[in-house]
Order: sequence, then structure tokens, then C-alpha cells
Amino acid sequence: MTLVKEAPAPPAKKRSAAPAAGRRGRRRENLAGYLFMSPWIAGFLLLTAGPMIASLYYAFTSYNLFTPPKWVGLDNFTTMFQDPRWQKSVEVTLKYVVVATPLKLLLALGVAMLLAQKRRGQALYRAAFYMPSLIGASVSVGFVWRALFSDDAVVDRTQKIFGLDVGGWIGNPDYVLYALVALSIWQFGAPMVIFLAGLKQVPQELYEAAEMDGAGPFRRFWNITLPMISPVLFFNVLLESIHAFQVFGSAYVVSDSRCGPADATLVYTCYLYQKGFKESQMGFASAMAWTLVIAVALVTAVLFWSQKKWVHYEEAAK
Amino acid sequence: MTSATSPVANTANERRRIGSLAWHVGALLVLAVVLYPVIWVLSASFKPSKDIIASLDLLPTKPVWANFSGLADGISGISITSFFTNSLMYAGLAVVGVVISSSLTAYAFAKIRFAGRNLLFTLMIGTLLLPYHVLLIPQYVLFRNLGYIDTLVPLVAGKFLATEAFFVFLMVQFMRGLPRELDEAAKLDGCGHLRTYWSIVLPLSRPAIITSAIFTFINAWNDFMGPLIYLNTPSKYTVSLGLMMFRDQEGISNYGSMIAMSLVALVPVVAFFMAFQRYLIDGMATSGLKG
Repeated sequence: MTLVKEAPAPPAKKRSAAPAAGRRGRRRENLAGYLFMSPWIAGFLLLTAGPMIASLYYAFTSYNLFTPPKWVGLDNFTTMFQDPRWQKSVEVTLKYVVVATPLKLLLALGVAMLLAQKRRGQALYRAAFYMPSLIGASVSVGFVWRALFSDDAVVDRTQKIFGLDVGGWIGNPDYVLYALVALSIWQFGAPMVIFLAGLKQVPQELYEAAEMDGAGPFRRFWNITLPMISPVLFFNVLLESIHAFQVFGSAYVVSDSRCGPADATLVYTCYLYQKGFKESQMGFASAMAWTLVIAVALVTAVLFWSQKKWVHYEEAAK
Repeated sequence: MTSATSPVANTANERRRIGSLAWHVGALLVLAVVLYPVIWVLSASFKPSKDIIASLDLLPTKPVWANFSGLADGISGISITSFFTNSLMYAGLAVVGVVISSSLTAYAFAKIRFAGRNLLFTLMIGTLLLPYHVLLIPQYVLFRNLGYIDTLVPLVAGKFLATEAFFVFLMVQFMRGLPRELDEAAKLDGCGHLRTYWSIVLPLSRPAIITSAIFTFINAWNDFMGPLIYLNTPSKYTVSLGLMMFRDQEGISNYGSMIAMSLVALVPVVAFFMAFQRYLIDGMATSGLKG
């Protein structure tokens, strides 16, 4: 399995065995290396590092695109923290991340365990379950979702059968966020495939031995499956939560172009988009972007810190 | 062992068959729920506009073609083919850009020993975790100052400059897995790096390159935020923006055509997926790539 843990290669200390070794050869290798990766270097400087520095600067300025940025110190941040709509966007985003991520991973793991069994047509099932992950980001699916969850449509009518009458989810500020959550869960195919790869690595002998010892399915899951797939679980939690923090398209398309009603789906990036591109408050939007970076970095750090407690890496495994 | 004469084997066989049946029933049930929205849009596109929301029937009572023929009119004077051409241009350029720039960069990381390689590799992996939104505003300012708003340049520039670290990472992993003897033999035969890249490493890396190409195509086709920010003129809109325009201008009155166009917009993605799903899913499993 080639997941994160194998990513960085050990530094190549061994000198090349080729005849061109030596100082001139090494210089030529350096030149070749930098030439080959010059697209990336240009991209990194121009489109990543440069913009990062610029946006850090903008975050401390008042900038509307038309007049030069004006230094305002921490003003953007103090305004931001006191802005009720910003607070609302943080609340909406956290709710979305905390509800959608675990449910999505639970479903992904459930289906992965189902598909891990050797059955006929396995590849076909796997492909079918993966499909929503690919089309889920499109505006088309946003429309479909809108139609399914609107007043008097399929979801509404189905729940009326069970005596739950909330009207359509789309128009209801208490429910519309959960329509987005449902859309996110629906795209469980990507983490599912990663879980499947992880489940395939679990040695079958462990289950046989446990069964011999009289361990039931629940014990086997808790004591074997879960620890054995914990590295993949960690990877999925990390990736999916970072992803969830950045949700934009579905909120914009499914609820409505203002991420409403009543700001109910005003996810963080939607507010950032409104501030930056609708109100031309580039400084404020940059301050928001950096706050997001810090939040994501904190979540990543906490997850990496916590993995010592629950992620089991096999030391001897190759 | 599987002889039917032994009663023990018989019950075991039977139990296995029941287990297999239960598995298929369970899997199909979950699949029905998961694929319901896809089946729904397929069926809704053949329903009259007024039935689309209201009717619960999974099959249209009387299938109509009107929704599709209505598409020929386009939206406020712009034909549907214009949106598709724009999306195809965007996706096509994105694929070319990613394949060229990422494979060159990946070759450098995987096959050339140059000073600072590990540091740069760490930097590249680091960009994977960086929220894109922090770059959004300064990139917009940059492209605006360069006069590239309302063109495809801001959307594809990054693809030609290997900023999609996922694909570089995917190709590096793959190229590292290629037998070292091959490129060492090429070197002994006097091949330079360019030759080794072009005639040995690139052809052998086909699975990783196809995976990246297909994912790039699908991501560009689905991209919404990029076109939303950078494209202003409706005749330059991609399919995503065309769909939004449809909603804003035709609204509920022409719901049928909107759903029909949603379906048509999904066709390239689903077709690509069907054709290459094996590559995609395996690539996905090895790299944790996002769809």
C-alpha cells in the first residue's frame, strides 16, 4: 500500500554508479533536475509562494481592487471576529464538518466491509458505489439535490409517510444544511476505495485465529479490523475533514446563490467568496482565508498528535 | 470435498449459498439507495416540467422528448454547444498541461539525484494540505493585473505549471516503482535524461498518466468556483455556469430543460468513468486522490 507513510523517499546518499559521477557529473545532474522541474518551480513561486505572501499582506490592509491596498493593522481580524455573519459561517461550517465527516466515513467503511468479501460482480459494485464521488461535485447533481429535497418532492413525501412533516429541506433554515450533509455523505466512494485497500491488507490468519478463540464478529471487528486499518482510517479522517472545511459549490448551488435561506448554509468559503468577489473586500477576505489556513493547520496538527494514541503502524511491515 | 453425498458438506454448501444470496440482496439494496438520484434524473428528463417535482413515479407515465428538444433553443441567445465547447477546451487544455508538467516534475523527483530534492519534495507535498482559498484572492489580483480575466488562462495556467501536487505525487510514486535497471541501462547506453524520460519512463508510466489525465478532465469538467470567478461573458461560460444561468433565467418555468441539460452535462463524466473506472479506482486507492 502506498499511502502517506511511504511518501518521502529516504535521502539518496549513495553516489551514482554511472561513469559520469564526480563533480562535473553532479553539477550536470543538478542542472537536469532543476530543468525538468522548472514548470513546478515556476508554478510554486508564481502561483503558490508568491500569492501566499501577497495574501498575508492583504490580510492587514483595506483593499478593494481599485485603489492600492491601505495598511490597517489588525482591523480586518477584529472586525471579522465581531461580525455576526462571520460567526454564523464558522458555526455552519463546524456543524457541517462534525456531522458530515463521521457519517460519510461510517458509510464508507460499512460498504467497504461489505465489498471486501469475495463475491461475484465485486468490481461492478465497487465502480457503481464510486460513481457519486465523481459526479457529486457537478452543478447538475446540485440541481438534482435541490429537486429531491424541495417542498413536496421525493424526500418530503417519503418522510410524510412516516409522519414527519417538515416541508422541503431546501426552504427550511433548520434543515437545509442537512441536505448538504446528505450530498456529502452520498459521495462516500472515495474513502470507501481507500478503506477497501486497507481491508485487503489485513492478514486473514488473524481472523481465523480469533474465530478459533471464540471471538464474535463484533470482537473481531473491534480488536482486529479497526486497529489494522487505523492508518487508513487516519488518512481518511484527515483528508475528509480538510475537504469538508472547504466546501463551496454544493452550498452555492443547492441552497441558493446566497447560501441561504437565512444564512443557514453560509459555509465559510461562501462568505469568503461574498466578501471578496461580491463586495470587493479583498483585505477582509484574505484575513478570512488565513484564519481558515490556521484552523486547518490546527486540525491537522491535533489529528497528527492524536494518532499516537489510536493509529497502529506495523513496525516490521514492509 | 464439495460432493453432495455428505450431509455435512451439503449444509455447508447451502449455508454458503444463502450467505451469498443475502450479500447480493444487501449490496443491491444499498446500491439502489445510492444510485436513486442518478436514476431519478434520467427518468425526470423525460417527464413534463410540471411532473418533475410532483410525481413520485420512477418511470415517466408518458415519456416526452420536449425537454431535450427544448435544449436546442439555448439560453438567452447562447447555444448549448457553446458551453460544451468551452468546457471541452478547458478540460482538454487542463489534461495536456497536467500530463506534460507533472510528468516532467515527477521524473525529476523520482529519477534525478539533484541537490535539494528532498526539501523540494516536502514543499510539494505540503501544498497538498494548503487550503486553496488562501491563494484565491492574490491569484485573482495577479491575473487581473495581467489582463487575463474572462479568459481560460487563469483556469489552466496552474495545470501547465504542475501546481496539482496530487498528480505529481501519484506519478512520482509510480516512477519510483519502475525497475531501476531500466534507466541505469539507458544511462550506460548513453541516453540523456530527456531520452530516458521520453522513451523509457513515460511509456512505462502510462497507468499513472492515464489516471491523472482522467481525473484532471473530470475535475475541470465539474469545476464551478474557477469559472464562476474568472469568466464574465456568457458566451465564454462553461457547462457549470451555463447550468446556473439556466436556473437563474428560466427557473421553474422550464424545469424540464434544466433537468435535461443537467443529464447531458453528466454524460462526458459518466462515459469517461465507465471507460476508465479500473484505472481510476486503482489510482484512487494508491494515492488517496479526491474525485
